[in-house]
Amino acid sequence: MPEYTLKIRRYDPQSGEAPRWDEHKVELGARNSVLDAILKVRDERDGSIGIRCSCQQAICGSCGVRMNGKPGLACNTHLEEAAARGHGTGWNPPQEGQEKTVIEVEPMGNMPVIRDLIVDMDAVHWRKIGRVTPWLINKEPVPEREYVVPHENMVDVTQPMACIQCGACVSDCLAMEVDPLFIGPAALAKAYRFVGDPRDAEHYERLKDLAEDEHGIYDCTHCFNCIDACPKGVDPMNQIMRLRRMAGSDYDIEDRNNGYRHEHAFVKNIRKNGLLHEADLLPDSYGGKFHPRAVPELLGSAPVALTALARGKMTPLTPFRHPHKAPKEVRRLFDEIHDRDKRIELNLYVSGYEDAPEQEAAGEEEQPPKKTESAPSEQGRPESEGAEGRRPSAETSAPTTDEAGGDSGGSAGSGSDPPAGEEDDE
Amino acid sequence: MPSHDVLIIGAGLAGQRAALAAAQAGASVAIVSKVHPVRSHSVAAAGGINAALNPEDSWESHAFDTVKGSDYLGDQDAIEIMTREAPDEILWLEHAGVTFHRNDSGHLGTRAFGGASAARTYYVADITGHAILHVLYEQLMKHAELVDRYEEWFTTDLLQNGEGTCVGAICRNLRNGRLEVFNAKAVILATGGAGQVYKPTTNGLIVTGDGIAQAYRIGAKLMDMEMIQYHPTTLVGNGLLITEGARGEGAQLFNADGERFMETYAPNKLELASRDVVSRAEQTEINEGRGFPDGSVALDITKVPRRRTLEALREIVNIGRDFAGVDITREPIHIRPGQHYIMGGVKTDVHGQTNVQGLYAAGEVACVSVHGGNRLGANSLLDTLIFGRRSGEHAAARAIHMTMPTTPAARVADTERNIAAILSREPGGRRIAAIKDELGETMNEYVAVFRDADGLAKAHEVVRRLKEEAPKAAIDDRGSVFNQDVIGAIELGYMLDVAEAIVVASIERKESRGAQFRTDFPERNDEEWLKHIDISVNGADVPKVSYSPVTITRWQPEERTY
Repeated sequence: MPEYTLKIRRYDPQSGEAPRWDEHKVELGARNSVLDAILKVRDERDGSIGIRCSCQQAICGSCGVRMNGKPGLACNTHLEEAAARGHGTGWNPPQEGQEKTVIEVEPMGNMPVIRDLIVDMDAVHWRKIGRVTPWLINKEPVPEREYVVPHENMVDVTQPMACIQCGACVSDCLAMEVDPLFIGPAALAKAYRFVGDPRDAEHYERLKDLAEDEHGIYDCTHCFNCIDACPKGVDPMNQIMRLRRMAGSDYDIEDRNNGYRHEHAFVKNIRKNGLLHEADLLPDSYGGKFHPRAVPELLGSAPVALTALARGKMTPLTPFRHPHKAPKEVRRLFDEIHDRDKRIELNLYVSGYEDAPEQEAAGEEEQPPKKTESAPSEQGRPESEGAEGRRPSAETSAPTTDEAGGDSGGSAGSGSDPPAGEEDDE
Repeated sequence: MPSHDVLIIGAGLAGQRAALAAAQAGASVAIVSKVHPVRSHSVAAAGGINAALNPEDSWESHAFDTVKGSDYLGDQDAIEIMTREAPDEILWLEHAGVTFHRNDSGHLGTRAFGGASAARTYYVADITGHAILHVLYEQLMKHAELVDRYEEWFTTDLLQNGEGTCVGAICRNLRNGRLEVFNAKAVILATGGAGQVYKPTTNGLIVTGDGIAQAYRIGAKLMDMEMIQYHPTTLVGNGLLITEGARGEGAQLFNADGERFMETYAPNKLELASRDVVSRAEQTEINEGRGFPDGSVALDITKVPRRRTLEALREIVNIGRDFAGVDITREPIHIRPGQHYIMGGVKTDVHGQTNVQGLYAAGEVACVSVHGGNRLGANSLLDTLIFGRRSGEHAAARAIHMTMPTTPAARVADTERNIAAILSREPGGRRIAAIKDELGETMNEYVAVFRDADGLAKAHEVVRRLKEEAPKAAIDDRGSVFNQDVIGAIELGYMLDVAEAIVVASIERKESRGAQFRTDFPERNDEEWLKHIDISVNGADVPKVSYSPVTITRWQPEERTY
């Protein structure tokens, strides 16, 4: 069995000493988990190592830690996988010639450390969960029996429902590092769990609330860290983007944070230029160069522009002339998507399939032949390879453009013959 | 000193459901849990929850399946209550927000499950327990002003007054090690099972039988403790659970010769016979040399359409990939029977009351007994919710007529002394983990699917020896902030008490029924053993054995075949 060097970040608030690194050599299989290694050390050598853990199968959400910089569950991270990461701040590829046997285990970020690997989730994570009214507000009248809702919707909200509240996404949320009040990835994914639930009565109120909050949905910076961190394929950032699309496109919520206008300006900008023309984006986000609200914003960004000029990142002409024109193909794509009745949403969790359709057909005689070409599915393949194939590929789903989610099913999905929503493509 | 009408210990499904019910009934409620509520092991329940909710189904059918599954050891009055109240409980959950998966028409969908004569298992993919647990926690957050939550507080002792009535508990705040007396008119134990008594087990590290041992120590009777469920499909290497939902969706079992061996053991229900039957069949195949070299048989989930697997069995796809390196949608996975559940527990009536005044129990910690000799899959979530709710309601109603009892303050000093003694142990003892491993491996060898008098006697010897040794086990952590070492030492004591009760009851039952199969008494013997075995403290060291009758209302015992 290979030998690993396990370095554990230790901190005992009662000792009065600063945090330190403990080092242990551990012999374990490459596919044993980091938690196996920590527990081996705790059981055999040092019972004072503090870590929350229980199920050892990635369902209880207790053992969130950082392993060689990357947050995740210690119980489902293989030793070889963790050891193959680079060292240093954040998560990095391994350096050339790096010996892949050292694993540094630290407590998660963005939350205060109580002891060793145990962080105070109440102070941060659970408080943020509490911010999003985390319970169903029943649509009235509450039926005598169950609410009758499309299967696809329930499968769709299973993705955020699959969140185990481990805090890995919170740990490495860059927006939260800058704005500690940011509601954050886990809580916003939780919010989608209600906004995407057709039984909930207050989709609009929830969206309005989250759009108007300056620490709300428009505070996310699209960094993808939460998607890479999530051990359960919840893809918090995607849920945040869905909240934005619903707020902006379905409910036309023009928020005071300018999120709505910024998104529309961005789309317009790309449609026109193909590549982003930054100088237009800012004023357009505020209603145009001469709009009274844009003026202070432009003045405020003047120092940045001057620095950019000084460093040769832009010329005095840049603000007025963009060197790039959108090719026809870009416009055609925009028009095609715009003309669709329904928005195609990605649900990367339950109703997907991991492999290319032709591979899939091989293993599965019982499946009926595909009814439609699968172009949209291919188009929707996940961009991020970060999760080592952890997630299935794209699947379309969930009739989210229906007014308030509609409880009578916008989709023609055939229910028990899963992946929902294939028919939605056309 | 916190004082509440109802104090609930444990915040899994039973505890949270009890808290909501008691609060709804107007009681002041506190819920104490040694972990954050959503870490409770209810979260791992995968397959679903049973209820005869479809018009063409009936509670009688559900009840009969449960009685038959229990090998006629279940109490039929309690089973009737559980199965009759099941449909309303499902609807309550649905309205509270559980995202049950639907069928084509948008109504609640069902899947097939073991030992059931109809598809009556309601589910959320294969994260049903997780979904329900998180939704109940949503409700606790919603009703925060009605229920005081003490998260990450470890209960060390139950408190009794001079008359023996349970009047609260002593708990340790894990954050700072401070002890606190919780005063209460009624205490509901909802601490779950005791899977860690075994190694391997499907249960999490926190499942250490705390409530069973605490109740036992203050005189509550334990019942059906010999009935330990081995789940038919657990991973070979580490004992992780592969949900019965897989077989419910169509997965099949094969031995190393490629035979679908369940055709021999249960020609009608095949893989969906009750769990004791399937586990015994697998173990027989393995023992008789038709298993794989790693001591397993194969579960072939490729029989389930791949897309269905990815939608409805997603979690075990992940478990196969992460913990066995197997893509279950492409190839069979090696499994074997593994410890999963304890049918026995603290003996209660249908309101959750134990024989100790003021003390209730609900969920896996309790034994009503609705599971008897063998629990049907997807009946445990139901048990936790129905009897959690009933306990909460009953305890709240009882509290209304009472004044707050006074607490014997001297008991805190005792607990303080006990903990101080642990913290000041001399070095040199064996490590807690080593003692725990020996216990678990012993139980898994001798108190497993097949048992006999010799093996059980050996197990008892080991347990007795470990009980002597445990108080000297080594301690490294002397601090008070999140000292998990000291908690581990206390839990070890709980586990040993529970283990002894299991072994003594297994020795006592000289027949084969449900999960207890005695190779030296291979037949069911209704004449002598159609009765519950009760275990209680004796003053002396070895537990005392007594009996209580099985309640039979309308289903007389018959031969049991699947």
